Amino acid sequence: MTVLQGREGAGVQVVDGGPAVAVRGLTKRFGAGPVVLEDVSLEVAEGEFLCLLGASGCGKSTLLSLVADLDQPTAGSVEVRGGKPSLMFQEPALFPWLTARENVELALRLRGVGRAERRARADELLELVRLADAGRKRVHELSGGMRQRIALARALAQDSRVLLMDEPFAALDAITRDVLHDELVRIREAQDLTVVFVTHNVREAVRLGDRVVLLSSRPGRVVKEYPVGIGQPRRIESPEVAALALAITDDLRAEIRRHGGHS
Amino acid sequence: MTTQTDELASLEAGLDALGTPEVTGPSRARQVWSATWPPTLFVLLLVAVWQAVYTAEVVEAYRLPSPLDTLAALGDQWESGDLREATWNSVSRGALGFAASLLIGTALGLLVGRVRPVRRAVGPVLSGLQSLPSVAWVPAAILWFGTDSATIYFVVLMGAVPSIANGMVSGLDQVPPLFLRVGRVLGARGLASARHVLLPAALPGYVGGLRQGWAFSWRSLMAAELIARTPELGLGVGQLLDLSRQNADIAGVIAGVLTILVIGVVVELCLFAPLERRVLRRRGLLAAVS
Repeated sequence: MTVLQGREGAGVQVVDGGPAVAVRGLTKRFGAGPVVLEDVSLEVAEGEFLCLLGASGCGKSTLLSLVADLDQPTAGSVEVRGGKPSLMFQEPALFPWLTARENVELALRLRGVGRAERRARADELLELVRLADAGRKRVHELSGGMRQRIALARALAQDSRVLLMDEPFAALDAITRDVLHDELVRIREAQDLTVVFVTHNVREAVRLGDRVVLLSSRPGRVVKEYPVGIGQPRRIESPEVAALALAITDDLRAEIRRHGGHS
Repeated sequence: MTTQTDELASLEAGLDALGTPEVTGPSRARQVWSATWPPTLFVLLLVAVWQAVYTAEVVEAYRLPSPLDTLAALGDQWESGDLREATWNSVSRGALGFAASLLIGTALGLLVGRVRPVRRAVGPVLSGLQSLPSVAWVPAAILWFGTDSATIYFVVLMGAVPSIANGMVSGLDQVPPLFLRVGRVLGARGLASARHVLLPAALPGYVGGLRQGWAFSWRSLMAAELIARTPELGLGVGQLLDLSRQNADIAGVIAGVLTILVIGVVVELCLFAPLERRVLRRRGLLAAVS
């Protein structure tokens, strides 16, 4: 067992065996501010696609930051199996001074991958996200969906088994988002990835996830879990997806109502 | 399954084609032409007005030479070799002074931009210095260094270093925090983060600072040359200008002003403007020139 961060007995630990991600009793409070996450415990199995769902202020992004080791928890622990997870944001955040291909290569370079291997691996990754021909383009020459696919290729270049995604498709138009859902499912299967996907879009969560976890807001706590149990490929318009999404939406609304002061 | 994957691939290809911004700007020659003719026309207009004022004898001829007289004065200065010597001296001084300012300004900018206590102490002083005309340092520099090249370089440094350092600081301030987060996720720390994320992200602001730094170098150099004129310092464009003034040669004076202007503009147009354009265009920060 390798300990990445040992501060206050918390921080992210990289472990072998067990679930891909294990979050235990995680609490986060920024200074003397409100409690953002309270006693959150979650396990993500190897190869599972978990969707975290919640309204604003449920600490979804904070949770991902803690798992990605970008921040330290106030209490509790995070264990990630087999290495540092990769993370994708809502914005592609590609570096505009590099070409699409160089963005992917930079991730490899920062891991110490040699030049020749970098080239070959970047080619593979661009091929995987179907942008082999766009490698020489600069960021501003790509559409929003293409940018997000390059960002995905860059995240995969970290060669991590666990991919964390923080509302990665929220800023895209509905058509592009729909296509990227199909893409993500395909790539996740091809690469055998464990995915933790944060969203506030109920249908998106049901479309993608093997399991959906509903979080409450202020503070964020686990309210309920829903195994999805609908075979892939799924369509976001399908009645099965719609039915489960409806049930989850009702629970989500009930949860939001609690904050309105009419109990 | 395979047909499904193929379908997805073709769907995606269509979406990519639709979503890619079409870049169909005017041709390069057209761009150059449309950027050149308005200022050229305006300068010709100014020369015409100048000639008209001369012809109308609004001002006595010893106060205002004609455009042709000025051109003749330039020709004389060229023939005698003075202009060539002065241009070479001034440009090489300017280049050396700018290079030194570049090193000092960059280091200072990095310190002020990234080290919080330094920023709080030095930052405001640096901003203040930027609004101080560096010519104000000339008398002090003469007393300290005598009429030596050191005087000239000191004044150039005081003019250009604050601009370059402030450019670096504003470049660093404009780096989106998300880039630094992405860098951390990708495993960039310390020097690797500075080299691969922070510095490239700060480049547009820094290049703007360099451009301004050159303008200030050149101005400061001319101010220093105009005031500090001794045989030891040799002949620069500023000294040549002051020599014409002493000889009450108004055509030579105007020729000197034009020389200073043209050198400044040529360096700006040939070096700094393309550099800045290149940096901005690569990042898509330059809208297609209309």
